[in-house]
Amino acid sequence: MLENLIEFNNISKFFGKVIALKDVTMKLKKGEIMCLLGDNGAGKSTLIKTLAGVHKPDEGEIVIEGKKTVFDSPKDALDMGIGTVYQDLALVPLMSVTRNFFMGREPLKGLPFFKTFDIEKANQIAAEKMGQIGIDVRDPSQAVGTMSGGERQCLAISRAIYFGAKVLVLDEPTSALGVHQASMVLKYVVKAASQGLAVILITHNVHHAYPVGNSFTVLNRGKSLGTFNKKDISREELLGMMAGGEELDKLEVELEEMNRINN
Amino acid sequence: MSDKSKSIASKKTSGQDERLKEVSKLRLLLNRPELGAVGGAILVFIFFGIVAGDTGMFSAYGTLNFLDVSANLGIIAIAAAMLMIGGEFDLSIGSMIGFAGICIAIPAIYWGWPLWVSIIFAFAMAVLVGYFNGILVVRTGLPSFIVTLAMLFILRGATLAITRLITGRTQVPGLRVLIENDPIAWMFATDTFKWLFTWLGSMNLIALRTDGTPLATGIPPSVIWFIAATLFATWILMKTRYGNWIFASGGDKNGATNVGVPVGRVKISLFIGTAVAATIFATIQVLDAGSADTMRGNLKELEAIAAAVVGGCLLTGGYGSAIGAAFGALIFGTVSMGIFYTDVDTDWFKVFLGAMMLIAVVFNNYIRKRVTESK
Repeated sequence: MLENLIEFNNISKFFGKVIALKDVTMKLKKGEIMCLLGDNGAGKSTLIKTLAGVHKPDEGEIVIEGKKTVFDSPKDALDMGIGTVYQDLALVPLMSVTRNFFMGREPLKGLPFFKTFDIEKANQIAAEKMGQIGIDVRDPSQAVGTMSGGERQCLAISRAIYFGAKVLVLDEPTSALGVHQASMVLKYVVKAASQGLAVILITHNVHHAYPVGNSFTVLNRGKSLGTFNKKDISREELLGMMAGGEELDKLEVELEEMNRINN
Repeated sequence: MSDKSKSIASKKTSGQDERLKEVSKLRLLLNRPELGAVGGAILVFIFFGIVAGDTGMFSAYGTLNFLDVSANLGIIAIAAAMLMIGGEFDLSIGSMIGFAGICIAIPAIYWGWPLWVSIIFAFAMAVLVGYFNGILVVRTGLPSFIVTLAMLFILRGATLAITRLITGRTQVPGLRVLIENDPIAWMFATDTFKWLFTWLGSMNLIALRTDGTPLATGIPPSVIWFIAATLFATWILMKTRYGNWIFASGGDKNGATNVGVPVGRVKISLFIGTAVAATIFATIQVLDAGSADTMRGNLKELEAIAAAVVGGCLLTGGYGSAIGAAFGALIFGTVSMGIFYTDVDTDWFKVFLGAMMLIAVVFNNYIRKRVTESK
């Protein structure tokens, strides 16, 4: 268990002259939740796409379970157990829970050349998996559009796990959610990690990240400011680092000055 | 399908599904895309039953007449519906009908090909045209509305130009004599269940000609093709992996791609589907009339799309049904024929067609809101 499940060593990615990522290093163990924090433009989405196999890193290496790996396509990453849940979730609101859950990977039955989509089995699995995360699907043939935002997020995560994810990469899973829904998703993320998955949680919301994370990596302008264990860093320190602390300090000073003038 | 899965769900999770029972049968029915078209068809039949019930519209001969018209439209409407569910349009269906017609007639009449070879040639051309439409839409990312609108003009123009170049006319007659003993043509040109109609005639249950043969001789081939197409399309959409991919491609292209659905291939195959359906339509009509006409199928693409929309297909894709499109076609076919049996001027047919579409779109929009926002 001491061995790292996945390592990203000195990853760099360039787009022409633009340095999108420079020497980013992350290591994750099983059961660990690592929060990747960064403001807009910090390079979060480039890093996600590198993890998901969309981009190939220009420098550095990806090591999974001790083996150096190169992803040629998103499918490679998927096959190696990296399940990425994008912000748009890849769910079709008009389609049923079951049809979404198995979209692209439908279970089949029947004779060769006449294989049909085994909807009974699919319904059963979908209802079971949703039940396990505490979502009582009244009817797995109901449209996903009838579910709440948090439930949709959980469905997407549950799907990634069902199809073999060992490392979950979650892109802003709570950004569009209210307090209650966000806590439901975060609870589920913690549960998934406790079952032995490694989770990379990408967010710009420290208040969502801090309670669930074991460690935090802060990205700023394409560079990692380091990875910190929870016991070594406070919520305020993280926030300061992420937004570029000076900027917030500057804002505070400016506000104070405005107050003084107004008074 | 939802009924079936519902019962499975309640078996699986019995004891904790007390909320399931609150969903009445009626509500489940309301969430089906084809509801509007089925209801509309019932209304149409009640209307003509009252207005034209004693005119012969619903005699064997009259019924087969409006079924034939509905079936022809239905064959292309179902393919159009599947393409719409997949998120695209095909405006070149009507032109493809004309093009397929001369692809059969010119080789058979002017080049001396056997009829069956000409028919296969027409279908091969349809696959080519459909593939070309599909690959253009998928590769360029342009709206299919524009791409297939261009194809509408190109095909119609080419049909006219080629026919005039080779034959000097715009019609190619003389096919009827070739049908007999052809190994393929019978599939598009034979009335079935003739024995039934002969028997019904001999029992004096249906109207006879003066020579004693029944006025209605059998089920026209279009009706058989139409029923087969409806069943096949419904099976694909509801029961196969490819069907799930069609819904996914039309519902959310990016999402579907991200989870591994080959969206491009699905769309290309659906474009081939509409072109092939247009060719089935054309073959039946050309063999029935015994001639090909360059203007055949004009504006049929719009009727097909209208029938699909009345049948519950959303213009934005991802939702609809083949059964709905079949009932949409039945509504149009029944009204277009039935109007002759009433005192209403036939000019009003198009007014009806338009009004029906408007009502359908408003209704479908409401249904979609219910389906996706019922929480």
